[in-house]
Amino acid sequence: MIAGLILIPFIIGIAALLLKNISKYLLFAGAVFHALLTIFCWFKQPLPMLGGWLGIDSVGMLFLSITSLLFFVVSIYSLSYLEDESEEEKADILGVPSKSLFVACQLFFLSAMTLVITSQHLVVMWIAIEATTLASAPLIFFHRNPRSLEATWKYLLICSVGVALALLGNFFLGISASTNNKQISLVLNDLLSNASQLDPEWLKAAFILIVVGYGTKMGLAPLHTWLPDAHSESPSPVSALLSGALLNCAFLGIFRIYQICNKAGMTTLTSDVLIAFGLFSLAVSAIFILGQNDYKRLLAYSSVEHMGLLALGIGFGASGVFGSMLHTLNHSITKATLFLLAGVILLNYRSKKINEVRGILFNSKSLGILWLLGFLSISGSPPFGIFVSELTIIKAGFEQGRHIIAIITLVLLSFIFIGMATAFLNMTNGKTPTEKPLKLKPAMIYPPVVLLICSLILGFYIPLPLKEIIKNIANY
Amino acid sequence: MLTNLKLLASSRLGSSIRTIAVQGSLLGLLPLFIEPDPFQFRFIFLAICTILIKGVVFPILLFKALNAADVSREVQPYVGYISSLLFGVVSLIIAFWLGNVLSLKNLPDSSLIVPVSFFGIFSGLFLIISRKRAINQVLGFLVLENGVFAFGAGVIGVTSLLIEIGILLDIFVALFVMGITVFHISQECDHIDTDKLSTLKD
Repeated sequence: MIAGLILIPFIIGIAALLLKNISKYLLFAGAVFHALLTIFCWFKQPLPMLGGWLGIDSVGMLFLSITSLLFFVVSIYSLSYLEDESEEEKADILGVPSKSLFVACQLFFLSAMTLVITSQHLVVMWIAIEATTLASAPLIFFHRNPRSLEATWKYLLICSVGVALALLGNFFLGISASTNNKQISLVLNDLLSNASQLDPEWLKAAFILIVVGYGTKMGLAPLHTWLPDAHSESPSPVSALLSGALLNCAFLGIFRIYQICNKAGMTTLTSDVLIAFGLFSLAVSAIFILGQNDYKRLLAYSSVEHMGLLALGIGFGASGVFGSMLHTLNHSITKATLFLLAGVILLNYRSKKINEVRGILFNSKSLGILWLLGFLSISGSPPFGIFVSELTIIKAGFEQGRHIIAIITLVLLSFIFIGMATAFLNMTNGKTPTEKPLKLKPAMIYPPVVLLICSLILGFYIPLPLKEIIKNIANY
Repeated sequence: MLTNLKLLASSRLGSSIRTIAVQGSLLGLLPLFIEPDPFQFRFIFLAICTILIKGVVFPILLFKALNAADVSREVQPYVGYISSLLFGVVSLIIAFWLGNVLSLKNLPDSSLIVPVSFFGIFSGLFLIISRKRAINQVLGFLVLENGVFAFGAGVIGVTSLLIEIGILLDIFVALFVMGITVFHISQECDHIDTDKLSTLKD
């Protein structure tokens, strides 16, 4: 089962490299297979593999569902996105047309992310996280211009170095796990049940290194510098996957070490470090969102903001963990919606500048309304899901007695709201007609609509099985 | 360790790459000296793989990228060579100090491993931030990765064949992708100076 989840996208990816003509449909096929297997996992818990190295626990189930849902939606969107990009066909890499390469890398990316989510062994997880970097680098480079090249280079170098530090952190964890009489394996369950025997000094060092390493990948400020570039320069479906699925995988890495440290009784250290990173990310994103003039960068900084909130949530502990997990789901859904819509706007207006995009509502009612609804959802207005999860996180802060931090969070969130409102309203209002009427393909409009409806439902009601799973995670 | 100092000082890319190859091969032999029973199949297999990838495949890939990008000498780096060497000496001292401070239980033979690996990590980071050419930054990344690898191999020992191969494979693909990117940078921009890659900022 797990092998299927990981290997099927990989094999279809290789097939996409070989069968160049039908690669587009292979992307869709891969997404469907993955989604079906994921749904199957909900009904029947898959057995662990390779002696417990791979397995799906509650956290894994949640993240797997998010990844699978997003990939499915994005694959439908990509079908018509690739058609629109066809005019810009450029030279091939190693004799493979750029579109097949794009499809193949997307599938490899899916496979690597699934491996991250299912791996219970921390070094296997490291290998998988590095693999996600490598599989997604060619995706960012899709447009083949100097700007995307620069973004790709920054992404590769910063993330690889960051993740190399995380490997060092994993080795430190290995040292802390070798006690006098026996060696505890780096499998999560082993570590959790023997947490009290871990050497605390080495564990602390390991925690810091892993948070810094995976934090680079997750986009926690001040390690976020690659993120706005990569998100703004990559094609929109890729931005949606990077923001909605990849950042979660890095967050999962941090969450695992957080679990171990908490079991070993180091809650003060872990929560202080995570809250510091979270608050700093919020502050940095607030500064850059105010006065931002590129709407894809705006969305990228908003991802930094929400990653900060996730870190804050698990830093607060207890019900904050519940909030964070719910927030992961909500953020992924909403941010993917917005990036997909941004792709539609970009194709029509041919500009990423906020001041060059005017009058979306005037030119197309439906796109304008969707863009505004997306804004309301991402900025945490009721009745969307993010409102509920942000509220849970901040409430957890007050419950834990961290009043000042919770208040600062609220203030920063309101700054971000103002900054985003200015940008979004400027784009929708006005009566400037575009040269050509807007081209809205159904396959590029309905995927974001579906996601937006999901976000709306989550604002009112969390389905029972989902609630069970998130509760399981929070009560670890 | 000497190889790292050489890297900090050298300006010719070709010799840097050869130095890295030597470093990688030494790294491959490392587990054989540390393990009490070095002649098991998996240790030898691993050593051969490491030497093959780090000592043979990497240099070939790097030289290819070098030819494609058509450069052989480093332009003026951000930090001069003499100060780089000074940095090397300072970080060597820090590495030894760290090696003394960090208490490692039940590891009698590895008194040198910790300083060596930390020195590799420091030099790698320093090479990445102080050099302008994209290809030099790749070299810096390799040195950093070698340092981490030395730490893992030296201190923890060979954890598991599958994992070690996985890590090696990852680094291999990383280098491959980076090589392609370097090639594209040189094609698109007629140079591989990363300080000219600065259009994207806020």
